[in-house]
Amino acid sequence: MAEEFEPKIVAFLCKWCSSAGSDLAGVSRMQYPPNVVPIQVMCSGSVSPLYIFNAFKKGADGVLVSGCHPGDCHYIEGNYYARRRIALVKELLEFVGLEPERFQMSWVSAAEGTKYTEVIKDFVDVLKPLGPQSHLRREQ
Amino acid sequence: MKKRTGVFVCHCGINIAGTVDVKKVADKLNKHAGVDHAEDYVYMCSDPGQKRIEEAIKEKNLDNIVVACCSPNLHETTFRNAAKAAGINEFQCEIANIREQCSWVHKDMDKATVKAEKITVSAVERVRQNESLEPIGIPVTRRALVVGGGIAGIQAALDMANTGFEVVLVERSPSIGGHMIQLSETFPTLDCSQCILTPKMVEVSKHPKIKLMVYSEVQEITGYVGNFKAKILKKPTFVTDACTLCDECTRVCPVVQSNEFDLGLTGRKAIYIPFAQAIPALYTLDITGCPGLMPIACGKCADVCDPGAIDFDMKPEIVEEEIGAIVLATGYDLYGKEEMAEYGYGKYADVMDGLQFERLLSASGPTQGKVLRPSDHKEPKEVVFIQCAGSRDPEIHCAYCSKICCMYTAKHAMLYKHKVHDGQAYIFYIDIRSGGKNYEEFVQRTTEEDGVLYLRGKVSKIFEENGKIKVWGTDTLIGKPVEIDADLVVLAMAMRPSEGADKLARTFKVAVDKDGFLAEAHPKLKPVESVTAGIFYAGAVQAPKDIPEAVAQASGAAAKAIGILSQERLFHSPMVAKVVKNLCTGCNMCVDVCPYDAISLEDGKAVVNDVLCEGCGTCSATCLRAAISVKNVTPQQIYEMIDASVGG
Repeated sequence: MAEEFEPKIVAFLCKWCSSAGSDLAGVSRMQYPPNVVPIQVMCSGSVSPLYIFNAFKKGADGVLVSGCHPGDCHYIEGNYYARRRIALVKELLEFVGLEPERFQMSWVSAAEGTKYTEVIKDFVDVLKPLGPQSHLRREQ
Repeated sequence: MKKRTGVFVCHCGINIAGTVDVKKVADKLNKHAGVDHAEDYVYMCSDPGQKRIEEAIKEKNLDNIVVACCSPNLHETTFRNAAKAAGINEFQCEIANIREQCSWVHKDMDKATVKAEKITVSAVERVRQNESLEPIGIPVTRRALVVGGGIAGIQAALDMANTGFEVVLVERSPSIGGHMIQLSETFPTLDCSQCILTPKMVEVSKHPKIKLMVYSEVQEITGYVGNFKAKILKKPTFVTDACTLCDECTRVCPVVQSNEFDLGLTGRKAIYIPFAQAIPALYTLDITGCPGLMPIACGKCADVCDPGAIDFDMKPEIVEEEIGAIVLATGYDLYGKEEMAEYGYGKYADVMDGLQFERLLSASGPTQGKVLRPSDHKEPKEVVFIQCAGSRDPEIHCAYCSKICCMYTAKHAMLYKHKVHDGQAYIFYIDIRSGGKNYEEFVQRTTEEDGVLYLRGKVSKIFEENGKIKVWGTDTLIGKPVEIDADLVVLAMAMRPSEGADKLARTFKVAVDKDGFLAEAHPKLKPVESVTAGIFYAGAVQAPKDIPEAVAQASGAAAKAIGILSQERLFHSPMVAKVVKNLCTGCNMCVDVCPYDAISLEDGKAVVNDVLCEGCGTCSATCLRAAISVKNVTPQQIYEMIDASVGG
């Protein structure tokens, strides 16, 4: 039998909340699947739609953007911009035919190691039945 | 010229090497295009580890390095300094977090190793496009803001002012002094609380470096460490400086309101001075009770005021202050009576809280220090003290221990016995927590010398019968129920953050913990710092604590603030936004989204103010033409990192 499909996930984590939250998950030795490679960005508001499209183009099976909770942004309001932008990106991705579940946004604070763990576990569970993402993938 | 990159993979003992095959990671990186050197070592952060990095940079002529190790929050500075020591720019060093975000969260060695490789390659691709940068120096506004005029705020303000820095001390009530000025005596020395606090209050009022703003509240904070701007609302007192403190106004004022200083045990007029030693000595007209700010409604105070100090037209005022550092010291309130109905608090006059009992004991209190119960003004002969009222009760009240109640209850019982020799004091307790210098000895004294009876157990019911307060409880040490006909019951109520602490946290952009106290930056190593640079905590705003601890933390916060104020310039990260002029169309979108107003248009092109820019990158995600990006996190770098993350 073929090996079980392991989705590749790119996670854009803001430096102040979500990356710190994922550090806390590590410090607390919580366990989650190794499918995610994190990319630390300064703020979820700095994640351009192009980053997301680029990740799918390069063959990511799922993309996660995670930032501070609304109202708690280290940069005052960056995550509000992220939220609006991401709502549009989600619609656009759906419009071009990508399964909407492949793109997620979450709010994980620096104190929420457990939540980060759950977000990753759930995301992997959602992506596994979908199989590899080929819709936007382009051979390099 | 081709850049030469070095990679250093840390074992962190077995913290990383236990789950990640570090040799394999180093081997893989050695074969990676552009990597000229890769090695692994047991502890990169150790002195020999750092030496290896420095030597490799020099010997292999490396342009930039990646250290694959723990979170950048821990050792980024260590390795950047090592890079600097070896002669390359500190921003030519990046960290690949393969511990917190990899080895500690996975068990499968093969998969964790592959992931660690990806994370490291991603950091390599990033660092190869890093610019060499120098920190940006910004001048510091050498003044401090202290919020809260209790003992913690007073101490912090005095420490900073005595070091030579100007301090703006903001207090929302009409006088400084906080809760400490309400106390009778302090444990374990039985010092008179007012006698030891008032000299400090006077020093504040006379200090040439302290600008005292009472009856004021901070409404807005903008800026950043070293250069904050505060908007402070000065509420109108309706009494001008012409006031001669003759007290004629309070004599004629027809309105009686609950007196906050005596916690409702007495009344005060609508126009009042909070207490005799109030600083500043100023009358305040409280409009919540005043029938109307015009002669037609009442105006009796204005009629009798010879110097004409009553000004009904006084308006609220917004004062703007520039400061470099902030100390938050807004203290605590006691748990509310509305939440403690089970002990009859708020229902029976002779059930009171600890602060009210302080006022009963105090020489400046409603009874001049005689212990008389509120209902009939008789001397209570049987007094029951109940500890942990609201504390250590995760089911319905606060889960935490309020820390000071064991000690002040012992003090209450002792002082009661000193005043009522033939009285009996009972204390219901769960545990006695008397950690602190001379604290345990003090508790022993209450039982041995003053005959206070400690009963280990909780009170199950309190009700009134025949003019007595019936207290039903259990003594768990002898396993029997206890019934006491008390004349007075004193509840050692839980401490909680003072009212409005949540709003304060939002105004100053600091975090709150699960109990509503302000969260410190690190529970062990940064107990005085908030998560926001330049904002520090003093006293019970951070957690329940007693006077010496609050004073110590205040001095700590002052020292931290002085650490900022004493510098000519502060350095701020040079990872700021940069505009590619010929791509910019002057559409203004980045100007609109910048949370710091750091971008402006000059001659139709965006220009970034490096000092104001915090490097969040909101502009770069907004720009349609990729004309603006943050240095060392450019879209090109992110694309390379995505490649590394997905590839393989």
